[in-house]
Amino acid sequence: MTAATAEPRRDAIISVRDLQVRFQTSDRRATVKAVDGVNFDVRRGETFGIIGESGSGKTTIGRALVFLLNPSAGAILHDGIDPLALPRREFQSHRRDYQIIFQDPNAALNPRMTILASVLEPLELARVGSRTERERQAREALERVGLPQEFGERYPHQLSGGQKQRVVIARALTLKPKLIVCDEVVAALDMSIRGDVLNLFADLQRDLGLTYVFITHDLAVVAHISERVAVMYLGQFVELGPTEEVAERPLHPYTIALLSAEPRPLPSSMRQESRIVLQGEVPSPIDPPSGCRFRTRCPHAQPLCTERVPEWRELKPDHWVACHFADRPNFSNN
Amino acid sequence: MGEGQPALRKSEVAREGARPLLSVRGLGIRFKTTQGIWQATRRIDFDIAPGERVGIVGESGCGKTITGLSILRLLPGNFAGLDGRILFDGVDLASCSARQMRAIRGKRIAMIFQEPMSALDPVFTVGHQIAETLRVHSNVGEEEARARTLEMLRRVGIASPERRIDDYPHQLSGGMRQRVMIAASLICGPQLLIADEPTTALDVTVQAQILELLRDISETSKTALMLITHDLGVVAETCTRMITMYAGEVIEDATVDEALVRPLHPYTSGLLRSLPHLSPRHGRLPSIPGRVPSIAEMPAGCRFRARCAHATKGCEAEQKLQDAGGGRKVRCWRFAELNLPGALHPPDTSASARVARQ
Ligand SMILES: Nc1ncnc2c1ncn2[C@@H]1O[C@H](COP(=O)(O)OP(=O)(O)OP(=O)(O)O)[C@@H](O)[C@H]1O
Ligand SMILES: Nc1ncnc2c1ncn2[C@@H]1O[C@H](COP(=O)(O)OP(=O)(O)OP(=O)(O)O)[C@@H](O)[C@H]1O
Ligand code: SF4
Ligand code: SF4
Ligand SMILES: [Mg+2]
Ligand SMILES: [Mg+2]
Repeated sequence: MTAATAEPRRDAIISVRDLQVRFQTSDRRATVKAVDGVNFDVRRGETFGIIGESGSGKTTIGRALVFLLNPSAGAILHDGIDPLALPRREFQSHRRDYQIIFQDPNAALNPRMTILASVLEPLELARVGSRTERERQAREALERVGLPQEFGERYPHQLSGGQKQRVVIARALTLKPKLIVCDEVVAALDMSIRGDVLNLFADLQRDLGLTYVFITHDLAVVAHISERVAVMYLGQFVELGPTEEVAERPLHPYTIALLSAEPRPLPSSMRQESRIVLQGEVPSPIDPPSGCRFRTRCPHAQPLCTERVPEWRELKPDHWVACHFADRPNFSNN
Repeated sequence: MGEGQPALRKSEVAREGARPLLSVRGLGIRFKTTQGIWQATRRIDFDIAPGERVGIVGESGCGKTITGLSILRLLPGNFAGLDGRILFDGVDLASCSARQMRAIRGKRIAMIFQEPMSALDPVFTVGHQIAETLRVHSNVGEEEARARTLEMLRRVGIASPERRIDDYPHQLSGGMRQRVMIAASLICGPQLLIADEPTTALDVTVQAQILELLRDISETSKTALMLITHDLGVVAETCTRMITMYAGEVIEDATVDEALVRPLHPYTSGLLRSLPHLSPRHGRLPSIPGRVPSIAEMPAGCRFRARCAHATKGCEAEQKLQDAGGGRKVRCWRFAELNLPGALHPPDTSASARVARQ
């Protein structure tokens, strides 16, 4: 990390500094470096996308951002303060401002509770207002996500997948959060309703001034919804920048490969023929390659890439990359 | 289904000159459930020519998997009956004997699934499993079976197969397991490979490798491919024709390019329009209101009617899969008067205009 972003920006709602999260493997013999030295700020009111392949550490970052798990090293500041330094009581009420929603709405909803009861639950746990006041807020949240009044009396099995995900969103909204981490929230939904739920997220952001961290492995989804996007590989960020820049002028060889591998629903006349098919598969985060972690699959790898860890640098304004050679002309063919 | 046995018309067979390898006519599948008999799919018609790559797309529950399984007669235990015919190279798989079916399954028609782990036996080495498939169907000795297994593993892109052939499935990564499944399915040189969501569990960079492999094998070995997926991008990259299903029926059948640029069915069009694209666009995504009707509450007439922006009087009539000219088929009586947008944004921009702008 260079000094340039060591100080949190004034509009940073979250600042992440040298974040590391490690897990023990189940046999306790080895350590998984799930997140290994990540730096970024999330700016107030933006949608910050994180993409990357399975096991790259996206969910782990998301959980750390809302303190569902504690960093092994480094710091996460919320609005410039370290929540872990707060007294317990204050920490609990502070956490309500930072919510997380996961992929599977079925796992988040109790099948034996009515929809209204599910949405009321977090308000009751937080002992917000009177019973009637809580109910009013819960109904308001259901209305916000576009569910008619009568859905409150229904049970989860009487709802479609998209409707259940709306309920989960309503539940997160009742506590009036400032930020929501959305982890693969449309992945389990059928394609014809994904658009609906993505539109809902956009509406809520506009109306309530929410900030999102949007985690997904679907490039098209992240490109659609995010202002900025970070690309993760094996526990680290390899690129971060405005979505348009990253999608159209990517700097890192992994981003370039990822973009070219994404199957596009385009007729043959519009498909680019020069696809970069990466060889091999993602190495284990237990024992990542030395130097640049992408070197075992990188089509441009040089001896230097084995020896030295590439620096995380701001190659273009607001556009960060970790690759020794990202500034070479014609490196990325565009 | 009260429609009798639909005959294969000459004109259908003659399509693009090639005699179809597979001809499905009036296929319907029923299941016994606690709520009675469920008609899961009905009136399914389609052809696959030798060496052709056809994508079957549609939302969860529309009947893609059971259509694939019915071709191999691998339907689940509560299967309650099947209508129609499944002609494979002249044999009706819907009515042939179990013995005939066994001789075809795995040898002339093979299938691969989304989760290769469940299809591979954890207690045998991958080499053993592939070689067994070969030995069940042909008279080859152990040594030759091993040699051909090695060759096949190399062909599907497994590096140093001599080191991998004696590995157990759990020692391989997800992408490698899927390659092993593909090797096992291809070892007998099938004429048709049915692949059900073969890359859904894989990362995009590995998915790209597997799709390239499937395309390459189908081209070099003239193996026809029936690729089941909900991902229209996967179909566009891999197949030449796309069959769209909705609520247990085929609703459109066209070449991939035609279906993407100028879909004829309002559902196909709605689906294409609702997909977010890779280029950043922060506007609203068009979406299809409502949801797929469940089997228990299937409406009469057009099954898409409750969600269709073009529904009018007349749509409550049963819709037939009709000829739309040029080998295309669509299950919507209004197709000729509707000018529906496809995958390109905005809808009226022609492909060439868009390319020219870049
Ligand atoms: N509780 C845990 N104990 C041990 N290892 C874990 C734990 N949680 C995650 N990991 C490991 O940490 C790494 C990162 O996992 P994570 O779930 O963050 O990935 P992800 O990017 O969200 O992947 P996916 O796209 O599959 O959801 C993986 O190697 C995973 O196996
Ligand atoms: N054993 C069964 N008993 C009763 N109904 C079944 C059975 N198997 C499948 N069905 C029903 O048949 C319909 C088609 O199922 P199928 O598995 O073919 O869907 P699909 O298109 O492959 O969906 P997905 O994309 O989710 O895999 C669904 O409505 C399903 O609920
Ligand atoms: S540092 Fe080297 S190996 Fe890593 S991405 Fe750049 S060129 Fe490839
Ligand atoms: S038949 Fe009518 S309701 Fe059905 S798709 Fe066509 S226009 Fe829409
Ligand atoms: Mg995850
Ligand atoms: Mg299926």
